[in-house]
Amino acid sequence: MKAGIVVFPGINRERDMAIALEQSSGAKPRMIWHQETDLSGLDLVVIPGGFSFGDYLRCGAMAAQSPVMASIRAHADRGGYILGVCNGFQILTEAGILPGALLRNAALRFLSMDCHLRVERSDTVFTARYQKGQTFRAVMAHGDGNYFADDATLDRLEGQGLVALRYASPQGNIPLGNIPLGNIPQGDVTKDANRNGSARSIAGIYTPNLRVLGLMPHPEDLVDPLMGSTDGKPLFDALAAA
Amino acid sequence: MKAIVTVMLKSGVLDPQGKAIAHALGTLGFTSVNDVRAGKIIELDLAETDPDKARAMAEDMARKLLANTVIESFRVSLDG
Repeated sequence: MKAGIVVFPGINRERDMAIALEQSSGAKPRMIWHQETDLSGLDLVVIPGGFSFGDYLRCGAMAAQSPVMASIRAHADRGGYILGVCNGFQILTEAGILPGALLRNAALRFLSMDCHLRVERSDTVFTARYQKGQTFRAVMAHGDGNYFADDATLDRLEGQGLVALRYASPQGNIPLGNIPLGNIPQGDVTKDANRNGSARSIAGIYTPNLRVLGLMPHPEDLVDPLMGSTDGKPLFDALAAA
Repeated sequence: MKAIVTVMLKSGVLDPQGKAIAHALGTLGFTSVNDVRAGKIIELDLAETDPDKARAMAEDMARKLLANTVIESFRVSLDG
């Protein structure tokens, strides 16, 4: 599918995203400056990670008001595909395209580390090259990745199968119950899996039509053996083939 | 006319920053602190001179940008 990457001032992961997309599809994605409004011809719009507008006010709050966002909303309304990673996920929640919000990490620390993600369903255009229940490695690099939504919204997301990915141990076990405040590592791979304190260990969610995915960790960081792993590559292979 | 918008995390939304401040106050010897919530204050200098209109305008700004009502509540007060 034909992809474009939206670039806001302060975004710094757009080239990594472009490498991952091009490696799988063979086509260079179009770079879209945030003041552009023409997304015609694009099947997939990617909002990459970074610190758009310096994270002023709230992460993603300023970017969500940019001129390009009206076009992205229209793209979503006509069933276009959108992938938001890290700041991209925050921007999608601030714009109201995905529900909930990303709060400060429970331990208040910026987390720059590996995590493992469990694939909750494999019948979407993003996860078709993974197995349901499979765990893959990804990299998190965020200060505000603590997914929050009210209980009714969380129940709806789970009931409609819109939870895409959860933080898990490498074996795929999900930490249950409330995350202790401070979330100090306890030396238990399952309890420690949800380091940012996200509600119900949620790392990524879909819109009801399964065409918009937002997630905090970076699958584009692990797409080449030189990066130490290719665990994120199936996501881009699946998008390229769709 | 000045409008002051106070934005706070809703009760029920975990405020780790407030907890950290409470913890630090405890180590300073302020042992009677039951709870701390941290928020932000945004001052708006508005050309509008009618208080009702200024308030309505500030509330509209808060709903659209200054607060994220998924996680935050806000209140507007007028000054001068």
